[in-house]
Amino acid sequence: MEATQVTRRHFLQVSALAGGGLLLSSFESVGRLEAMGLPQASEFVPNAFIRLTPDGMVTIVAKNPEIGQGVKTMLPMLIAEELDVEWSQVRIEQGDLDTTKFQAQSAGGSNATPTSWLPMRRVGAAGRAMLVSAAAQTWGVPESECTTGGGAVHHHASRRMLPYTQLLAKAATIAPPALDAVTLKEPKDFRIIGRPTRNVDAQAIVTGKPIFGIDVTVPGMLHAVYAKCPVFGGKVVSANLDEVQALPGVKHAFVIEGTTNLSGLMPGVAIVADTWWQAQTARERLRVTWDEGPTVEQSSAGFARQAAQLASQPPQRGLRKDGDPDAALASAAKVVEAEYFYPFLAHAPLEPQNTTAHYRDGKLELWSASQSPANGRRLVSQTLGIAEENITIHLPRMGGGFGRRLGNDYMVEAAAIAMKIPEPVKLVWTREDDTQHDLYRPAGFHYLKGGVDAAGKLVAWKNHFVSFGQGTSFVQAAGLGATEFPARYIDHYALDTSVMPLGVPTGFLRAPTSNGVAFVVQSFIDELAHAAGKDPVQFRYELLANHTPDAPSAPAGPPGAQTPGGGRQGGGPQFDHDRMRGVLELVVEKSGWGRTPLPKGTGMGVAFHFSHRGYFAEVVQVTVSQAGQLKIDKVWVAGDIGSHIINPLNAENQVHGSVLDGIAEALAQEITIERGRVTQDNFRNFPLLRLVQAPPVEVHWRVTDNPPTGLGEPALPPVIPALTNAIFAATGKRIRSLPLSKHNLAW
Amino acid sequence: MPTTFTVNGKSTTVDVAPDTPLLWVLRDVLDLKGTKYGCGIAQCGACTVHLDGVAVRSCNRPVSEVAGGEVVTIEGLSADGNHPVQRAWVEMDVAQCGYCQAGQIMSASALLSRTARPTDQDIDRAMNGNLCRCATYLRIRQAIHRAAQMAAADANGASRRDEDTSVVKSLFSSPIGA
Repeated sequence: MEATQVTRRHFLQVSALAGGGLLLSSFESVGRLEAMGLPQASEFVPNAFIRLTPDGMVTIVAKNPEIGQGVKTMLPMLIAEELDVEWSQVRIEQGDLDTTKFQAQSAGGSNATPTSWLPMRRVGAAGRAMLVSAAAQTWGVPESECTTGGGAVHHHASRRMLPYTQLLAKAATIAPPALDAVTLKEPKDFRIIGRPTRNVDAQAIVTGKPIFGIDVTVPGMLHAVYAKCPVFGGKVVSANLDEVQALPGVKHAFVIEGTTNLSGLMPGVAIVADTWWQAQTARERLRVTWDEGPTVEQSSAGFARQAAQLASQPPQRGLRKDGDPDAALASAAKVVEAEYFYPFLAHAPLEPQNTTAHYRDGKLELWSASQSPANGRRLVSQTLGIAEENITIHLPRMGGGFGRRLGNDYMVEAAAIAMKIPEPVKLVWTREDDTQHDLYRPAGFHYLKGGVDAAGKLVAWKNHFVSFGQGTSFVQAAGLGATEFPARYIDHYALDTSVMPLGVPTGFLRAPTSNGVAFVVQSFIDELAHAAGKDPVQFRYELLANHTPDAPSAPAGPPGAQTPGGGRQGGGPQFDHDRMRGVLELVVEKSGWGRTPLPKGTGMGVAFHFSHRGYFAEVVQVTVSQAGQLKIDKVWVAGDIGSHIINPLNAENQVHGSVLDGIAEALAQEITIERGRVTQDNFRNFPLLRLVQAPPVEVHWRVTDNPPTGLGEPALPPVIPALTNAIFAATGKRIRSLPLSKHNLAW
Repeated sequence: MPTTFTVNGKSTTVDVAPDTPLLWVLRDVLDLKGTKYGCGIAQCGACTVHLDGVAVRSCNRPVSEVAGGEVVTIEGLSADGNHPVQRAWVEMDVAQCGYCQAGQIMSASALLSRTARPTDQDIDRAMNGNLCRCATYLRIRQAIHRAAQMAAADANGASRRDEDTSVVKSLFSSPIGA
């Protein structure tokens, strides 16, 4: 970092103006804070994250949006650890979107842990250092003789102690240290990091406090629904607005022309009423003539036909080629050929999309359940022509995200409605809106050939990946990277692609790309293991051992391959086969893989996957009745996310959730398109997992000497192929397409 | 048309269209936001409340059908958030996003009110109508068993000093760290 090249204050000013520094931009200089009137004489506000008050409480601002991943608890844990206060003294506030104070206020890519591990600890350590300085000055002793603990500074030589509360005024006069120069605790001294810590909002949740976006209330607020064309991008030709306007409670009804951005403000009709139910009731009487546009011709069956046709032709372009795959296949002892498919998926967070908006005096105030509020602010600004500095965004808790709220379509809709009326307004989508206007996980088609030699070694692999896009670009979340595993682990390897156009909005779903590709790759490896006559685990050990020198040899990944914020998919350049082997060994040991013969109808499947910097290997055991009824007996998980499990209590919960989420996707979830519109409309035909379907999930950690990484996503991808591989082991039926509900598993 | 019923022990009269679902009366007329909208067709259970002591979905129940009835929402389940189910939910750190949990807690508390020590099968039956998109089901099951213990301890006049971390630790199937 260049931070060392400039003085602290100078850097701070530059950073605050540009909003660009990684760490130090979070700091306010003391002088500036005083100018802003922030620290009262008795308060100490060392930086934008921390406020110490004379009542002994430490208020820590959680900057990132909370979607259930536990970040609102985790980030303050890092700060409190290094500030060296008791967790019971900590009070947590959710920060608003403020890009001058905070960096990267988003929830995506499992990025919070790897990007916050050092910065948040330094924020706490800097506060601690200032308190130590204040005590040292008070006592006239060197800072090096002072220690902290229990919210106090100690000088052991003179047996003196000053609680932080008595140092606040003095500490406020101390110049903050440079963040990259502060001393951090030794891990052996951690008392908060690594301790099971409950969700800070637990009590509010169990008592039904109005903490979610959908609960926001603003005085004088009206309620809105927004009806869009069932065919994506369809335009309003006419609507019976006069009739709707006269219905009970309706205050406004109007057309919003919208844009052509399928992830932005789509055309539609807004109905605003005194209560949401009145708006929704009026919507049932709304009659709209739509211009459905050209994408009405789209269908899932049509995509499948186009994919088959593209697969029968030479690929449009190559993403990677190592060795001579064709020659290697020609000389292989056994060749396996297979077509794999995974469908479009919706995110279906339980809280439907919503935003509350109030436009007055040229300024727009938003309360939005968004995973990427900064992107939302930009979208609103660009779409509606209001300057970003005139938009304020508050970040209520979200009833799930899963990537859906990385899009901000609902936010710009609410803003557009608010800018047409004098009252504040809350837009709430119906479940049907949410199911039929998602930014879907794109479907994918993979046409694979693999070969093993006489010794059972995997020597050749070709994948013609048929996806959606135009020219050399993929639509969002439909790409694949050139380092995707098993690239670099097979001597003769080719990854090619062809794309077809798509008029369906797509987006990132929890463990994007990985949630589909892991199924394909780990299933096909399983097929090849069986072709080679080898145990699926042994075959994987040998594959991981067959690595080429790790430098990627291929063109850089396509634009669609990166998840927001730099999350990595299945085989990013830094994929470490030793760490993967480690979790594979651990899950083999814990699951008892291969140690007990299982009866016909019961089987174990294994898979591993690397994504979002995390290494996960999983084993699933299933029992399938002769009639084909599937029961998932148990899931074993082994994960390596580095040197510390920051909050073990939530970590286990996240793994449970990810694994069960993957199982739900595999069992019965599918979005299909007919006549340009989504066929499914609610949970009755887009089923979430239910309690009786949830198998036991046993979680094991392999702690390694690597920086801690995130856990919102990486445990999900391997469970799907582990499940389908288990079905093969139990029944001999190879599952090459999802969901499982479309397969007859009888044997 | 005015409809009168009891909400959390208080007699309440609302003047709304009779087909207005109880859910939206609770949320937008009575400002009780703890009861959640998830699907509108009684598929997800986020809107679960007690009606005359029974767990029901409020999203598709017209308020006219509730006239004269006794409704309890998450806000009225206990005076200060200390119902055994609420305590067990906090202790076991059940919630992820938390959106479905009010409905889960209302279903679980209705179960415990008629079955003091539910079996796993009882839990399956009572809870299968409540979706959790974050899939916290494993802890929901554990927390219901734990709440049953707590309720029994309460009934025996035992103190509530048992909210230590020993139970939380027992959640872990494996040691943390190498």
